[in-house]
Amino acid sequence: MIQPQIHFLGDSALLCNLPPPATLPHQQRIWSIADEAASWPEVSEVVPGMNNLTLILRRPVVDMKMVTKRILDTWAHVNISHVAGREIEIPVVYGGADGPDVDIVARHTGLSSKEVIQRHSAGEYIVYFIGFMPGFAYMGGLESALATPRRDEPRLSIPAGSVGIGGEQTGIYPLASPGGWQLLGKTSLPLFDPTQTPPTLLRPGDRVRFTVERIAK
Amino acid sequence: MIEILQPGILTSVQDLGRPGHRQLGINPGGALNCLALSAANLLVGNDMEAAGLEITMGACEMRFTTDTRIALGGDDFDARLDGKSITPYWSVPVLAGQTLKLAHAGPNATQGMRTYLAIAGGINVPQVLGSRSTDLKANFGGHEGRALRKGDCLPQGPASIAIAGPAFGVRSPAWSGVGTQTQDSSKLIHLRVLPGPEFEQFTVAAKNALWLDKWRITPNSNRMGYRLEGPELKRKQNRDLLSHGVVPGVIQVPPSGQPIILMGDAQTTGGYPKIGVVIQADMWKLAQAPLNAQLQLQPCDLEQALHAWEEQQAYLNSIRETLAALDWSRATQYKK
Repeated sequence: MIQPQIHFLGDSALLCNLPPPATLPHQQRIWSIADEAASWPEVSEVVPGMNNLTLILRRPVVDMKMVTKRILDTWAHVNISHVAGREIEIPVVYGGADGPDVDIVARHTGLSSKEVIQRHSAGEYIVYFIGFMPGFAYMGGLESALATPRRDEPRLSIPAGSVGIGGEQTGIYPLASPGGWQLLGKTSLPLFDPTQTPPTLLRPGDRVRFTVERIAK
Repeated sequence: MIEILQPGILTSVQDLGRPGHRQLGINPGGALNCLALSAANLLVGNDMEAAGLEITMGACEMRFTTDTRIALGGDDFDARLDGKSITPYWSVPVLAGQTLKLAHAGPNATQGMRTYLAIAGGINVPQVLGSRSTDLKANFGGHEGRALRKGDCLPQGPASIAIAGPAFGVRSPAWSGVGTQTQDSSKLIHLRVLPGPEFEQFTVAAKNALWLDKWRITPNSNRMGYRLEGPELKRKQNRDLLSHGVVPGVIQVPPSGQPIILMGDAQTTGGYPKIGVVIQADMWKLAQAPLNAQLQLQPCDLEQALHAWEEQQAYLNSIRETLAALDWSRATQYKK
C-alpha cells in the first residue's frame, strides 16, 4: 500500500501526493477516496488531480493531525471495487474544417490520415481528472504512435467540441478557447451545460470511446 | 430594479461563489472580497450569501427604480447618491429614481480597486449551479453570463427583513483591525503567507527574497491571478509537477521566476511549483490592492491563520448584533 505525502495548501486545503509513476490503480484509489472524503463534515470539496488529491476544507483547521490521520486511514482501507466508471461514446466528425490537423498528425507519426482516424477512434480512453476549464477531461490511453507535439503557435480560438491531440494526451474542448492542440475533428455532444445536472458530460473514472460519425473532406 | 447607466471597466453580479463543482473543472469564483460583500449584505438585511455587484475601479453609475436600501463595501471611489456622499459600511435608504455614481480612479484622484454594492433583497438573477455569481470565463451565471453593460436592468429579490429609518453605519473591516498588521502609511500591503508544498525546493536566495523583498502587483493582473514583479525566484532543481487542484491564494512560480497569486477565477488545477499560500483571511486585502501596489509577504503559521479567520467571523457577528439591537418596531410599517 503506497501512502501519499500530505502537504498544507494554505490554511484551508490539503494536497495528497502519491509518488510517481502515475498508474491506473493509484488513480482508482484516488477517485474512491475523493468520493468518501466528500462526505466528511470538514471537507467542502475534493479535487482529484493526476496522481494526487486535493481536499478543500470549510474553514481553517489547526488540528491537522486528526485530518491527516483520517486521510491515511482511508487511503489504506477504502474500497475501490466499485470504481467502474461509465462508458461514454462520443461521435466525432473527423477531418475537414473542424479537424484541420489530421494531415499534420499523419506527417508527424508517419501514418496515413485514414490510419490516424482509425487508430484514434479504436482506442479506449480513461478520464483521469477534470481541470483547466469546466468539463475538460485529462484522458489517458492515447496510443503512443499517435503522440504529436502541440502547435508552435496556439490558435486564438478553438470551437467548443473540438477533439485533438496534445503531446501524449487526447481531449475535447468543452468551451471555445485559445489552445495549442492538434485538432482531429469535432463532436456535437455538449461537454458542458451549466443548466444540466450534472453539468458536464464526463466525470473522473469514465471510459471514453470516439466513434467516427463521418469523415469530412 | 437597478438600471446600469455606466458599467465602468468591469462590473458583474457576484455572490459568495459556487463551491461544490471543482472536480468537474468549475471554479467557485464569486466576490474576490467576500468579507466586504458579506458585511454590506448584512447591513441591508440580507443573508451574507445574497448577490450584489462587484465594481472594478469605479467609474460606474446606476439608477434605482424603487425605494430600497443599499450598502457599499470595499473602496468608495467618492460614491455619491444624487450628489450626496456615501461611506462604505453604511446602510443607506434610497428613493426611487435616485442615482449612485462612483468616480474614476486616477493618479491624482481616487485610489482603490473594488467596490461592492449590496441591495435589500439581493440581485435576483437566476441561480445557476447553486449560485448567482457571474462566471466571466465560461460565460454563465450572473446577468446573462457576462459583465454588465449600459442599459442592463437587474431585478431585486424580496427583502427578507425590512430595515427602515435613517442611514447608520458600522466600522469598516480595516478600522476594526480585521487582518491589519502594522499597516503603515507607505501603502505597503502586508499579507500573511504559509510556506507552500514546494517551498523547500527553492534556493536560499529565493526564500529570503520572498519574505524580505517587496513585490509589485503588475497591471497584467485580473480576477484569475495577480502577477507580481520582483527578484527572480529560482528552484534548486526544476522537477516537473503533475497537475493538481489549486485554491485562491496559492503563490505559484512559473519558469520566469515571477510569482502569480491565484485569485477567485483561477483554474481549478495547476502544475507550477507553489512557494507559498496567502491565508484566507488576508485575501480581501489583495482584492482591494490597487495595481502597482507593493506587497510585503510575512511568514505565518496555521494558528495565526485560524485566529485571523475567527477575527473576521467576529467582525461579521458584531454587525449582526448591531442590527439585532435596532428598534424593529419602526420597521414593520414599511412591510407590505
